[in-house]
Amino acid sequence: MYKIKFIAQKELWHILRDPRSLIIAILMPIVMTLLYGYAINLDIKNIKLAVIDFDKTSASSNLMGRFYNSGYFSEVTDPVSINDPEMILKKGQANAVLIIRQGLGEAIQKLKSMRNLASVSIDNYELGLIVDGSDANMAAAAGSYSSIIISQVIKDNLPLGFEFPGIRISRQVLYNPDLKSSHFFVPGLIAIILMMISALLTSVTIAREKESGTMEQLLTTPITPRQIIIGKTLPYVGLAILDGFLVLGFGGFYFGVPFIGSTLLLFVFGVIYVIAALAIGIFISTIVKTQQLAMMGAMMVTVLPSVMLSGFIFEIKNMPLVLQIITHIVPARYFLLIVRGIMLKGSGIELLWVEAAFLIALAIVLLSVATKLFKLRVS
Amino acid sequence: MNLVQISNLDKSYGQLKAVSNFTLSADQGELLAVAGPDGAGKTTIFRTVCGLLEYDNGTINLAGFDIDKDFDKIKPLLGYMPQNFSLYPDLSVEENLYFYAGLFGMKKNEYQQKRERLYQFSGLGLFAKRRAGKLSGGMKQKLALSCNLIHDPKILILDEPTTGVDPVSRRQLWDILKTLKQDGSTIIVSTPYMDEVALADRAIFVHNGKKLIEGKPNELLSHFNSAIYKIKAVPSSGIMDQLNQIEGITSRRFGSSIHLYTRPQQNMEVYYNRLSQLGISAESISPIKPELEDLFIQLMEQSDA
Repeated sequence: MYKIKFIAQKELWHILRDPRSLIIAILMPIVMTLLYGYAINLDIKNIKLAVIDFDKTSASSNLMGRFYNSGYFSEVTDPVSINDPEMILKKGQANAVLIIRQGLGEAIQKLKSMRNLASVSIDNYELGLIVDGSDANMAAAAGSYSSIIISQVIKDNLPLGFEFPGIRISRQVLYNPDLKSSHFFVPGLIAIILMMISALLTSVTIAREKESGTMEQLLTTPITPRQIIIGKTLPYVGLAILDGFLVLGFGGFYFGVPFIGSTLLLFVFGVIYVIAALAIGIFISTIVKTQQLAMMGAMMVTVLPSVMLSGFIFEIKNMPLVLQIITHIVPARYFLLIVRGIMLKGSGIELLWVEAAFLIALAIVLLSVATKLFKLRVS
Repeated sequence: MNLVQISNLDKSYGQLKAVSNFTLSADQGELLAVAGPDGAGKTTIFRTVCGLLEYDNGTINLAGFDIDKDFDKIKPLLGYMPQNFSLYPDLSVEENLYFYAGLFGMKKNEYQQKRERLYQFSGLGLFAKRRAGKLSGGMKQKLALSCNLIHDPKILILDEPTTGVDPVSRRQLWDILKTLKQDGSTIIVSTPYMDEVALADRAIFVHNGKKLIEGKPNELLSHFNSAIYKIKAVPSSGIMDQLNQIEGITSRRFGSSIHLYTRPQQNMEVYYNRLSQLGISAESISPIKPELEDLFIQLMEQSDA
């Protein structure tokens, strides 16, 4: 225990004396939070919406107002042809065209005067929405935003306490009702950054001792591989946790990402996740001999899968089966569900124990393999 | 008391045999030099002895402990200084010492006393706050040595500590080694410089992973079994080619002159005729005393033949 302190202190000296790596470790989380939460904003806003209004009642102008005031749709100044509404999409002057058929006013009136379901029958009133599908994200967003707006309109016009069963909204968005991508990305970013700092810096620091020959001197002193590993990784655990808080704070204050669940629970899982990440870093460093290879290896083995195969950006259920299977050994996959669950839904351990069990198992396996492989001998 | 005992050590890297059937022993208070050119296997032997490399055959016994069974007991008694600078350049002189003292589990006041003593004999005290990477070559080696002396090792293994070090620092390092030896340490030091061999109690010549000869420096030269002559002539490649065609002598460039080696008890005069044909007069040939380097080269060639 006493010797671990010296290794950790020495490692801390290294970190503090290399301003470049320190700046990276502190700035990277902030820049990445900004990038993902802001610049790479997957929120679709300002969908250019043209409207063809055949109804021309107060109800139809009311509906148009609901669309344009939602913040997601913007008005189109170019005229839209009634005969060929697609033309405006082809020209790129609009992303979507809303067609309000005649009879909206009457349909709304019927809604308002509903007493019971049996007494009133409404004709199948349909609204038309033509969307430019060449931008799939935008098209999907236009569809779901429209259905949210329309269901809201129906709800507002129904008499109090009346549930109207005739409208089925195909998609419900829970927990992130504004569909703000920053709410999704900031928790995910914690997973990515913890992995990056822990695995990448750990593998680089051990590779550096090998490359510069200091490992040769270190290994002839009375110190065990476990002491070296623990001592060297401790400062990076601290750095990773600091970075985690940085992202959390930045996401909370700057993007207003909510934190509903238990901080303590997140902290505990964060530490478990960091141990798994460190194990991967140690594992890489036992294989490679140079810092450069360690850096590239860590990028390939940790950062890439954590971004691509964790559900951070792409949904796992939409992946090919082979990739879906691979995601099971990506620690970020489990931690991502945990961190989103705790932050956005306030989930407790009773809902997250499956992910937690997987994560703990993965951390134990990785760490025992890594310490076993860590050699007491030089090449 | 025998502190280091290496017996019949074999070590290969794949097909390449780096060390074969190597035996070495060193007593307490002995300063042993292992001499040989680059690639002779010195570093491989030292790394193996310090437990950094696996070996194929043989036994290694340090301070009475077998390296395979009781390496943990050996470590606190051992100081090993690798050939390349192996300390942390971004840590100061003092921090490097502090770090190694910590690894050897030293108490704080114990460390402080030891540090002052190390500063005294190495002269590093003036540079205590300087980063190790900013030290001169000689100072770096003194620091590396100091870090390996912090725990008062019984056995000190130094891999070419004087390579790339200026002559003054070389001399100082050897003076330090002699003091340590007098204090009872067993020191095994490798060197490519033959002049340093003379400073050791005993020397082992190594070539191609094999021991060529072993003995006290002043007795080693009795094994040299030929005569050497120096020729004052420019060693052009033309003249060297023709000299090498003469039966019974070996010639070698030696700086800006040529050394000729005859067979044992051979008279040089029988060659005067041939040599004068090459434009080498008898007056330009003079006998010289053999040195350890000459012995080494002779043994090396006999071993290669």
